Amino acid sequence: MFDKVKEIILEQLGLDEDTVVTPETSLMNDLKADSLDAVEIIMAFEDEFDIEIPDSEAENFKNIGDIVAYIESKTA
Amino acid sequence: MKSLRSVGIIGTGSYVPERKVTNFDMEKIVDTSDEWIRTRTGIGARHFAADDETTSDMAAKAALKAMEAANVTADEIDLIIVGTLTPDMLLPSTACLVQDKIGANGSAAFDLETACSGFIYAMEVGRNFVATGMYNKVLVIGAEKLSSFLDFEDRATCVLFGDGAGAAVLGPVEDGKGILSSELGADGSKGMVLKIDAGGCKMPASEQTLKDRLHYITMDGSEVFKFAVRIMGSASLNVVEKAGLTLDDINFLVPHQANMRIISAAAKKLNLPLEKVQINLTEYGNMSAASVPVALDQAIREGKIKEGDKTVLVGFGGGLTWGACVIQW
Ligand SMILES: CC(C)(COP(=O)(O)OP(=O)(O)OC[C@H]1O[C@@H](n2cnc3c(N)ncnc32)[C@H](O)[C@@H]1OP(=O)(O)O)[C@@H](O)C(=O)NCCC(=O)NCCS
Repeated sequence: MFDKVKEIILEQLGLDEDTVVTPETSLMNDLKADSLDAVEIIMAFEDEFDIEIPDSEAENFKNIGDIVAYIESKTA
Repeated sequence: MKSLRSVGIIGTGSYVPERKVTNFDMEKIVDTSDEWIRTRTGIGARHFAADDETTSDMAAKAALKAMEAANVTADEIDLIIVGTLTPDMLLPSTACLVQDKIGANGSAAFDLETACSGFIYAMEVGRNFVATGMYNKVLVIGAEKLSSFLDFEDRATCVLFGDGAGAAVLGPVEDGKGILSSELGADGSKGMVLKIDAGGCKMPASEQTLKDRLHYITMDGSEVFKFAVRIMGSASLNVVEKAGLTLDDINFLVPHQANMRIISAAAKKLNLPLEKVQINLTEYGNMSAASVPVALDQAIREGKIKEGDKTVLVGFGGGLTWGACVIQW
């Protein structure tokens, strides 16, 4: 799951494959995503995993670990 | 049953008001920056109508240019449809005001309100009147004076929109040409993400509505963004398929001009490089129903759309609504 999430994020942001991404990495602070990048990334997760991620949930994600945990809880 | 006639665009015209307001000018009005507006939306400037210039004034100017390009006189116009969410008045309709201004006295006239999808909806309605043979020449217009409905204390919306008008004359064309396929859609369950609260019968104008600033456009930007990215892609693909074409057949895209990132996502879905996409939001911002016809007129006048080309038009807007079509030139 983590690898798939990472792949989607890097693709959406147009970043290099070997960009260092850990569960502690923050989209906005570390990867310099802006609020619209974040919306686009959330949409890509929704399409990929066939789930819905409401804004109210997305606002709580602090880092990529939170995203992975949320998606795992929805797809389990 | 009589067979349906092929219907196409036989002339286009547009008008954008003179007063240009750059992002730097907007910085003086609200707490914003050129950098924020450009990176989030791609918008660099917008044009605002003069105080005494109305939606019907701009619509009439665009209409006369379209009629000239189509070589059609006012008495040949059978029907006028104006797509607008910013009419001059609640009554009479803007289409009736335009009829009077251009002297098309013999025509029927009405407005249609599907926000930013207004022009594409108007085209589809007009096409059906011509296809059945009921009318020969239909004037379709998208025109807006959004500046009258912008809250210049709300930086999240007032930087996005501009004023303008675009028009097209529809008429019968050779078989196999013109509008090949189309799709119109709406999702009223999401109506509240883009709205003007007061001024209708639900909340008539009052001292309170004025004080609460309820006569302006408000928007849930990220909801609209998500909807737009998805629908622009899927509606475009649907009309290509309905026309019996593949993506390789499509030469050019004329999308609604709300946000560069929404346009890029749609272009990507259609496998088109940005050179094959008409973009004018850099100069004009989002002109709602006027965005698509102004962009179309520019593309034609700049020679970017040529005889034999196949073009996709696609838009989305408040309602929520969307529309798309494929045109064979
Ligand atoms: C409007 C839009 C550009 C906003 O982008 P966004 O990333 O969703 O922006 P947000 O509303 O989340 O705001 C992000 C931040 O920028 C700020 N911001 C909003 N507008 C701003 C502006 N003009 N200048 C500077 N900052 C602004 C917000 O206050 C917010 O700050 P905060 O995080 O400190 O609260 C985007 O949502 C969009 O284009 N949506 C589609 C709208 C559309 O197409 N409408 C027309 C339909 S026809």
